[in-house]
Amino acid sequence: MPTNAVIELAEVHKTYHTGEVDVHAVRGVSLQIFPGEFVAVMGSSGSGKSTLMNMIGCLDRPTQGKYLLDGTDVSKLNRDELADIRNQKIGFIFQGFNLLARTSALENTELPMLYTRQRLHHGERHERALRALEMVGLAKRADHHPNQLSGGQQQRVAIARSLVNQPALLLADEPTGNLDSQTSIEIMGVFQKLNDAGITIVMVTHELDIARYTKRTVILRDGKIVSDEAVKDRSIAEKELKQLREAQQAVQLA
Amino acid sequence: MRFWATIRLAIRALRRNKLRSILTMLGIIIGVGSVIAAVSITTGATKQVEDKVASLGQNVITVFSGNFTSGAMRGGWGSAPTLTVDDSDAIAQLPNVAAVSPEERDRDQVLANGLNWNTLILGESPDYTQIRNWNMASGAMFSDQDVRSIAKVAVLGQTVVDQLFPGENPVGQTIRVRDIPFKIVGVLEPKGFNLFGQDQDDTVIIPYTSHMKRVDYRTFVNSIQVEAATAKSISTVQQEINSLLAGRHRSIEPDFTVRTQLELAQAMTATSKVMSVLLAAIASVSLIVGGIGIMNIMLVSVTERTREIGIRMAVGARARDILIQFLVEAVTLSAFGGLIGIALGMIASQIVSSATGWPTLTPFVWIGIASVSSAVVGIISGFYPAWKASQLDPIDALRYE
Repeated sequence: MPTNAVIELAEVHKTYHTGEVDVHAVRGVSLQIFPGEFVAVMGSSGSGKSTLMNMIGCLDRPTQGKYLLDGTDVSKLNRDELADIRNQKIGFIFQGFNLLARTSALENTELPMLYTRQRLHHGERHERALRALEMVGLAKRADHHPNQLSGGQQQRVAIARSLVNQPALLLADEPTGNLDSQTSIEIMGVFQKLNDAGITIVMVTHELDIARYTKRTVILRDGKIVSDEAVKDRSIAEKELKQLREAQQAVQLA
Repeated sequence: MRFWATIRLAIRALRRNKLRSILTMLGIIIGVGSVIAAVSITTGATKQVEDKVASLGQNVITVFSGNFTSGAMRGGWGSAPTLTVDDSDAIAQLPNVAAVSPEERDRDQVLANGLNWNTLILGESPDYTQIRNWNMASGAMFSDQDVRSIAKVAVLGQTVVDQLFPGENPVGQTIRVRDIPFKIVGVLEPKGFNLFGQDQDDTVIIPYTSHMKRVDYRTFVNSIQVEAATAKSISTVQQEINSLLAGRHRSIEPDFTVRTQLELAQAMTATSKVMSVLLAAIASVSLIVGGIGIMNIMLVSVTERTREIGIRMAVGARARDILIQFLVEAVTLSAFGGLIGIALGMIASQIVSSATGWPTLTPFVWIGIASVSSAVVGIISGFYPAWKASQLDPIDALRYE
């Protein structure tokens, strides 16, 4: 078995003690994700996918089982060590974008670099943030505040922020949940481009047509994996967008 | 995170809620400002009093003769015929004594220039001007030779000059004390009122021998003015005078008192100590009130920014980073408030000074105390909210609406 997996979950459990009843949110999940993969985690609400994502994202620790992230056992780390792992190895993208208000796109992108253990020069932070914004096509709007940007642009800033510390893994939680369908396809296009460049992406979604842009789908139910298979008939965002534009043009011509 | 980056972050966060930040700072501003103003005014007043004490002369020790009781009537200090010129000469022989002047005092009508004036006639030795640290405006002090020859010479205070010789230089002219003409040899510089409200310039000084033989016909002196060589030797000299005179007088009850300016100075410092304690009490109350305001606003701010805290934690901020961020914000708030308070306090005391003519002085120590204590208030009142922020769970914080 290859051990160079980015994510290696072995019999991971998560139990919440709320009052007298124990809630088994995740019951024995084993999963391996390798570099360059693009995985969609799907499931209805209450399936345990959020809990699983929190654990993969090192925001939470499993009550049982082992979790190796990029070769490091993170299941026994304390709060501060988890914070450092999140800073160095994981880039988060949220449904609600979660950008700091009244703070420019550039400064939002710089945020993770403020918390790196090795201190970065102001100039270097600036330069790296600009490069990340360029990758998502927003370099020209670096000085815009979130309220001056559209939803899709805000999500691109969030993606730039997640990339800035060169993490081993991008973790996206319903990244298109707040976006219209065309913008959603654009964001999936950004992800596909990043994935083509070799970045590993794990994404939670409940939309099947969004999941079709990934390479592999994992379906959870009642805290267990019920299906794990490669995506057949994968959608390519560029192609879809082109078709969409043609369709729009056709409507205008008619 | 780096120090300056954290400060910049704090300032930016505070600027987002300008009005709120200013209102929060107001508690500290008013507290620090009023304390600085009060301290400036009282320090100015104390300085003025100290200058007055110094104007009495430095290192002065006064020996008063005791109380004279005749029948049932008690004459008060200085009335007993116990102190003599010999006592004064004996004191002059003691070590660490720089100058000695036996003193006779008496109020009398004086005449000159067709005018008259009731004033204090002092009989002194030539050392008197040195003891009182008093310079001559014109002419010169009479000499030891004048004392020996019981000369009819006088030195005038400025008030007497103003009353009897308006617009003239009286040196060389004559003044009559109890119908005896005294030649005016000098005029003293004006010294103004003393601590007890007496006009020190309303006086005529003549040799003590002349006072005893020509004016009052007395064989004893009212008091003896002594100057110790140094401030340190004051209490030693005081003790030596005590034992010397006790030996010379052989009385059972002490028939004299020895007073020093040290006692006066101690009384003054006791007053200013009470003042400082009072000010410190006011200051601490207003700083506590200001601190409560800061804590209140910081708690609100932490709640409002729960999501921001969650985002920061998600991208790798440790609990300590969050703690420091909010702590620095609270300290920035209180330190700025303190600085503005110091500035406003100094401006206010200047306004008071120019409006009333009181001297004011802002001691650097108090500027230091004010800055340090407002920063400390920031740390104390900011700690709990900052700690609360740092203990948030990132998952809950991210989900907070």
